[in-house]
Amino acid sequence: MTETAQMQISDEIAIQIENMNKWFGSFHVLRDIDLTVYKGERIVICGPSGSGKSTLIRCINALEEHQQGKIEVDGTLLSSDIKNIDTIRSEVGMVFQHFNLFPHLTILENCTLAPIWVRKTPKREAEETAMHFLEKVKIPEQADKYPGQLSGGQQQRVAIARSLCMRPRIMLFDEPTSALDPEMIKEVLDTMIELAEEGMTMLCVTHEMGFAQAVANRVIFMDQGQIVEQNEPKEFFNNPKSERTKLFLSQILGH
Amino acid sequence: MSDMHQHSIRFVRETMLPQAAPPVAERGIVKWMRENLFSNLANSILTLLALLAVYYLAVETLPWMLNGIWDAPSIRACREILDGNVGGCFAVLTDRWNQLLFGFKYPSEEYWRPSLAFLLLFAAAAPVMFFKYLPGKLLIFTAIYPFLAYWLIWGGPFLAPVVALLGFVAGYVVWNRFVTSSFAAGFFGAIAAAAVTWWLGGVIVDAVAPENSLLPSVPSRDMGGFMLNMILGVVCVSLSIPFGIALALGRQSSMPIIKWICVIFIEFVRGVPLITLLFVANVVLAYFLPPGATFDLIIRVIIMITAFASAYIAEVIRGGLAALPRGQYEAADSLGLDYPQAMRLIILPQALKISIPGIVNVAVGLFKDTTLVSVISMFDLVGMIRGPILASTDWNGVYWELFGFAALLFFVVCYGISQYSQWLERELTTDHR
Ligand SMILES: Nc1ncnc2c1ncn2[C@@H]1O[C@H](COP(=O)(O)OP(=O)(O)OP(=O)(O)O)[C@@H](O)[C@H]1O
Ligand SMILES: [Mg+2]
Repeated sequence: MTETAQMQISDEIAIQIENMNKWFGSFHVLRDIDLTVYKGERIVICGPSGSGKSTLIRCINALEEHQQGKIEVDGTLLSSDIKNIDTIRSEVGMVFQHFNLFPHLTILENCTLAPIWVRKTPKREAEETAMHFLEKVKIPEQADKYPGQLSGGQQQRVAIARSLCMRPRIMLFDEPTSALDPEMIKEVLDTMIELAEEGMTMLCVTHEMGFAQAVANRVIFMDQGQIVEQNEPKEFFNNPKSERTKLFLSQILGH
Repeated sequence: MSDMHQHSIRFVRETMLPQAAPPVAERGIVKWMRENLFSNLANSILTLLALLAVYYLAVETLPWMLNGIWDAPSIRACREILDGNVGGCFAVLTDRWNQLLFGFKYPSEEYWRPSLAFLLLFAAAAPVMFFKYLPGKLLIFTAIYPFLAYWLIWGGPFLAPVVALLGFVAGYVVWNRFVTSSFAAGFFGAIAAAAVTWWLGGVIVDAVAPENSLLPSVPSRDMGGFMLNMILGVVCVSLSIPFGIALALGRQSSMPIIKWICVIFIEFVRGVPLITLLFVANVVLAYFLPPGATFDLIIRVIIMITAFASAYIAEVIRGGLAALPRGQYEAADSLGLDYPQAMRLIILPQALKISIPGIVNVAVGLFKDTTLVSVISMFDLVGMIRGPILASTDWNGVYWELFGFAALLFFVVCYGISQYSQWLERELTTDHR
């Protein structure tokens, strides 16, 4: 797996973050973040609670505003220009911890809404695409139900399909499995692994270390708003360099 | 460990149990009564007391209603027929039926016009109320209806409402054309286009209008009776919902000027009794108008009631917006929807659904408050009863029958609204498993 995985990574830059700083009021959440993500990379971000992982990936699609530094996504500079932000958002898919499906729309409508209104895809075509991706996440038979009628794992897979319908170049995941029961975690991870194998550029905040070892080509460890360590998964888990990383790993792998 | 014990904890299910039907609930009226009416001593006493109250109410009112006189020219004639027996004098309703419904000045040979407008109201409201079941094309009639109804009720040259409609159409076309390039261009362009159309149209209508139009024109001051309540109620409810939405969104806006305008408007209007606003509409607004300019009293009243109701509806909707999880906004943003799309497709459908009970509350209250116009000497249903009917020598003193009738009319409409809203809420529920 790692061999082929390495092959898929190109030298083209998908995301470039330089010297990025962010504050919530006077609280310095993200400090001097430098990160370059190449196309086809699968990055897992981990770290203790409150270390700024969510904030970091939310900055990438401008759900949070950064105050200093530069973020470039797929060659588009993230500024306060609404047009740029909308372009970037339509190129970057995001999957949330709490799914955030639209409860008043059916599964199919959830998936076709953005393609129809943002991409101006004809309805018929959008529905075909939606069914394609719903099949991919293995729940085409739920298309006419409402999100409230699905289990957590199914909802999260719909959320992934909904993002994919926009044909994004980059996918961001913010703890996609941490609101799920153990039985459902696997079905969501399987979907994500499949996506990774197709060469999607992925940034994934997760504590599923098995997933990190299986598909990530880079693991980033954050603490107190800074990137403390990053490495290939094998090295990262077997041979962590910083004391902070060692402590963290012993805590989450220890029991 | 004994054999016995081992045996009892070791268990593997070999055959899965089939689904069984749920047990049939015990039925029967006696059981129901025992559970719901006489479950304990206190409940039994309450039940008996309630039955007693219902009994006395029936004994007091039924003869009055059943003995009622429906045909008599005056209250004295009524009393003669009753000859000392208990009975209502409902003859006032049949005698003054038209006045109660249309006021005392609306020309009687034109009664069919507001009646037709009333019937068409259902056809116009249905595509909105039952949007899930009726084709969207019917909304065209809903869009035409206000102009048609205006023409039917007020009469006058046919071209006037057509020009009004054309103005909106022109505004809409310009809006559609320019809004993609810039919101401001679309917005002000639309206003300009509409204004030009109306101005041009006004000139043309004045020039070509025939002396005798197809429907003779009826001035606003001749409107009255329940018709006036319906006009005010329907117009103000349908205007105050969009204005309320705009105010609620404006109050959340990140642009400080818009935000503060909305906040001040809402807080001011909510802090003032409706009746003062109506007096302002009646008297004070006239001072601000250039001398000689006439500004229809009904329009002034509509503006005031709409402003009042929009402020309340805005607050109700703000509650609905606040109840939505932030994740909904974030999901909409992360998919690349822009602000108007996110609002229209994601946020408002959910926020409005949450706000339905509150909006209905305001709408029902507003509808009943339209009777307040009787204090600024407009002859709505209550104004008609208090004024021309009770003041006439024929019917002086028939209070119960008249106000009971007014109460009944308002109750029917308000109960209808309430039932519809409950149906709609059930219809929009999507989270049952
Ligand atoms: N909107 C906000 N306003 C103020 N502070 C915030 C806001 N959002 C997050 N924070 C703070 O910023 C810090 C980083 O938050 P963030 O959600 O990025 O952490 P995280 O690494 O994702 O943690 P977790 O693993 O618990 O999700 C936390 O201390 C949090 O309290
Ligand atoms: Mg987080």
